[in-house]
Amino acid sequence: MATIALTVNDQAHVLDVEPRTLLVELLRERLRLTGTHVGCDTSQCGACTVWVDGKSVKSCTMLAVEAEGAAVTTIEGLAGTHAGAQPDPASHPALHPDLHPALHPMQAAFQACHGLQCGFCTPGMVMSAAELVRRNPRPTAGEVRHWLEGNLCRCTGYHNIVEAVLAAAETPGGAR
Amino acid sequence: MSAAPRYPDAAGHAGIGAAVTRREDRRFLLGKGRYTDDIQLPGQAWAVFVRSPHAHAAIRSLDATRALASPGVLAVLTGDDVAADGLGSLPCGWQIKNKDGSVMVEPPHPALAQGKVRHAGDPVAMIVAGTRAQAREAAKLLEVDYQPLPVVARLADAAGAAAPLVWDEAPGNVCFDWHLGDAAATDAAFAAAERVVSIDLVNNRVAPNAIEPRAANGWYDAVEDRYTLYTTSQNPHLTRLLLGAFTLKVPEHKLRVVAPDVGGGFGSKIFHYAEELLVLWASKRVGRPVKWTAERSESFLSDAHGRDHISHAELALDGSGKFLALRVRTLANLGAYLSTFAPAIPTYLYATLLSGPYAIPAIYAEVKALFTHTVPVDAVRGAGRPEASYLLERLVDKAARELGVDRVELRRRNFVRPDQFPYQTAVALQYDTGDYEATLDLALQAIDHAGLERRKAEARARGKLRGFGISTYLEACGIAPSALVGALGARAGLYEAATVRVHPTGSVTVFTGSHSHGQGHETTFAQLVVEQLGVPLENVEIVHGDTDRIPFGMGTYGSRSAAVGGSAIVKAMDKIVDKGKKIAAHLLEASVADVEFAEGKFRVTGTDREKAFGEVAFAAYVPHNYPIETVEPGLEESAFYDPKNFTFPAGCHAVEVEVDPETGAVEVVDVAIADDVGVVINPMIVDGQAHGGLAHGIGQALLEECVYDASGQLLSGSFMSYCMPRAADLPAFKVGNHATPCTHNPTGIKGVGEVGAIGVPPAVINAVLDALAPLGVTHLEMPATPEKVWRAIRAAGQAGRAGQTAPATPQTPEIGGAA
Repeated sequence: MATIALTVNDQAHVLDVEPRTLLVELLRERLRLTGTHVGCDTSQCGACTVWVDGKSVKSCTMLAVEAEGAAVTTIEGLAGTHAGAQPDPASHPALHPDLHPALHPMQAAFQACHGLQCGFCTPGMVMSAAELVRRNPRPTAGEVRHWLEGNLCRCTGYHNIVEAVLAAAETPGGAR
Repeated sequence: MSAAPRYPDAAGHAGIGAAVTRREDRRFLLGKGRYTDDIQLPGQAWAVFVRSPHAHAAIRSLDATRALASPGVLAVLTGDDVAADGLGSLPCGWQIKNKDGSVMVEPPHPALAQGKVRHAGDPVAMIVAGTRAQAREAAKLLEVDYQPLPVVARLADAAGAAAPLVWDEAPGNVCFDWHLGDAAATDAAFAAAERVVSIDLVNNRVAPNAIEPRAANGWYDAVEDRYTLYTTSQNPHLTRLLLGAFTLKVPEHKLRVVAPDVGGGFGSKIFHYAEELLVLWASKRVGRPVKWTAERSESFLSDAHGRDHISHAELALDGSGKFLALRVRTLANLGAYLSTFAPAIPTYLYATLLSGPYAIPAIYAEVKALFTHTVPVDAVRGAGRPEASYLLERLVDKAARELGVDRVELRRRNFVRPDQFPYQTAVALQYDTGDYEATLDLALQAIDHAGLERRKAEARARGKLRGFGISTYLEACGIAPSALVGALGARAGLYEAATVRVHPTGSVTVFTGSHSHGQGHETTFAQLVVEQLGVPLENVEIVHGDTDRIPFGMGTYGSRSAAVGGSAIVKAMDKIVDKGKKIAAHLLEASVADVEFAEGKFRVTGTDREKAFGEVAFAAYVPHNYPIETVEPGLEESAFYDPKNFTFPAGCHAVEVEVDPETGAVEVVDVAIADDVGVVINPMIVDGQAHGGLAHGIGQALLEECVYDASGQLLSGSFMSYCMPRAADLPAFKVGNHATPCTHNPTGIKGVGEVGAIGVPPAVINAVLDALAPLGVTHLEMPATPEKVWRAIRAAGQAGRAGQTAPATPQTPEIGGAA
């Protein structure tokens, strides 16, 4: 067992982990942050993408102990990283309070542009895309497609994902 | 929300036709979806499967001593235990009859291999432990002594006289030898034909690859003597039925099957798989809930694959290019075991579609289905129809080339005309409606077909070869009239069920037997309620995926949810309105015949006397002033909708590609499609379904293939080796629509989930062949990888230099082309 200290979505944790534990296992199984998904075993699909110190990382390729001292952001914490976005007025009023935080502009754009269907690749896709727009505030469609080559989607054909990323980039504050 | 919606503001309208943003999105976008693997039950244990590394072997012995002693291990279960506990064989839901009237060979399919393994990945043992890591460790310690046996892994080899047998009871590896159509009439038409064009084609084997791997979590509650299964299923009621009646053999009231959020299906999650049965069984044995989640490489070896046909087809034409007859011989691979719907796919979902959108007076199709030592083959997005459209559209293009006729014009000449509906095909289907020229024209316009020659010249100047291809496809969905499919061998009805519960204050819960795994039913089905009952969208909830909450259902596949499941909801709402009228008539002191219902109000015709929907609902539950002698209190209705016919989406998919002759790399540069999917509930969602199907179809055409070596090892068994379409492989899609509403269901909906995967593969290959025509290349198989294209270019070049050019490629004048 190794002891690691890290913050996840601004919350500090000190945890004993087996050295072989992957970061994605720590997130899903220990912290029960199940928004980060596992879609493959060869680091191809990108469904497990999170931010480690602000950079997108496939959390299946990283040991939990490597995250010692790091600040990890998962899809559950993304909305909180952006104070300016407004709640979607069309949202269902009966939704659980957990579902009410303001959306990050990338999340809002995915909904507006129908950039998700089954939702399984979506967390990784959104985390990756949000980092792209932070690095490159006005990407072209070609740059978006190239950037997202590490994220597989079987439902959307990527068309509306690209639209969503371009729309988010045009949103004031979307590059945050 | 700050990003601008791309569809026109519906001005508050949320009924049929409105591009409402999806209500399910927020939970997914915030990481709050609840997929099967996310569900952690108290005392959760884990299962890992030990799978055969051999494609065919006898299990000589199996020693679990070391595995059982491994830390945390609760059980090691084998085929012997499955047999001892009397678990049933995984059943097949469709029985095909041979040409001679005898029935297909139906071998057993034990949940864990018994005595022999028959494909690489066949499960041999189940390890149950306290954690997944412990189960994995123990799996490495299980000792299995295999005696490898001869293997037949490829369809082309399976029919040979010397081919090893997968099943002793299936000589020649034949599961069935089936046919459809009129052989004599077809022969006569060929005898009289002026031209005959033939083609030999392989339809490449593909893996479904929903991004969520399959998972199952089973819990036996000893106190209630009741089983609960959480599973990645497209049809939880069907899974419950098969568990109850065939495999676990427990009555349905003791079984609850929940398919929570499911991360894509594409057919692969229709079927009842061994793991679903085994986690329930193991849970009872170990006294804890047992969860299994596939790793991706395990998905490749355990999810049913799709396609895998070898076909020869001949088209007879008269001197004017009219199609006279079609003759097709197909070999279809079924894999080692019969998956749930496997026999239906290369028969009634394939050969029945061979007329496409064309009037072909005589058709005869023969399909021989073979066993091989490979993963079972069953439905993958399109399921039989992509195989039919690919064969037909490749053949029509070849006919155009050989006859020197424009390929667009040849299609126009042979379309079923709007005045010919209902049109009875030579292969059993009756098309109710359609307008194939309309979608053809829309697609040609959208892709600027008139400018093709200019773009070809411009590409040539850059050293690229540009090509144009189309397919005018037709498919059948809305499966299916129960009596009809029953006569054809189906062992289940294919209706759909719905219950509409109106609450006392007028809000509505719909319980549907359809299942959404990306299709957006929580939005589109609610739109049906808004349209019909006039209830605001936020007052409607759609419940799906839980056999304890929903009375019954047949689930989601074959693009049937809106056409069949939606129709069931509409029928249940019809009953709500009928009952509501009786209540309103009493409240308004009018006769029932004088009460009309529109926009959420019951009104006495021609007056302003009215009762709102909510007032009538309240009266139904608080029946103080109520026609209690004739009308029961409450406002809840159920309906089972059994379709009268299939629905027939159709359209035109147009593609332009550019080929780099130096590398063979194909770039899809433009895709414009026009589909007739009937009435559209939500255009944003319908376009999204088309986009996804296009990516799937372009993947099959250019990238994807399950490759087996001769020893039965799946060489493309991970995302490292199986080429999934990525964002940079695809262009933006232009999607158009021209609806001729379905004439026989209450919604007019036809279905859209599979059109892309059905329509686009032949369009892509036709475009690549058009690009390569100047080099003398006349044939390619899917996937048209750079290597394959490069070799075809080289081969054509060598043949040309040797003066033995294969069939000369006539210049094909294009509509509005080089003027």
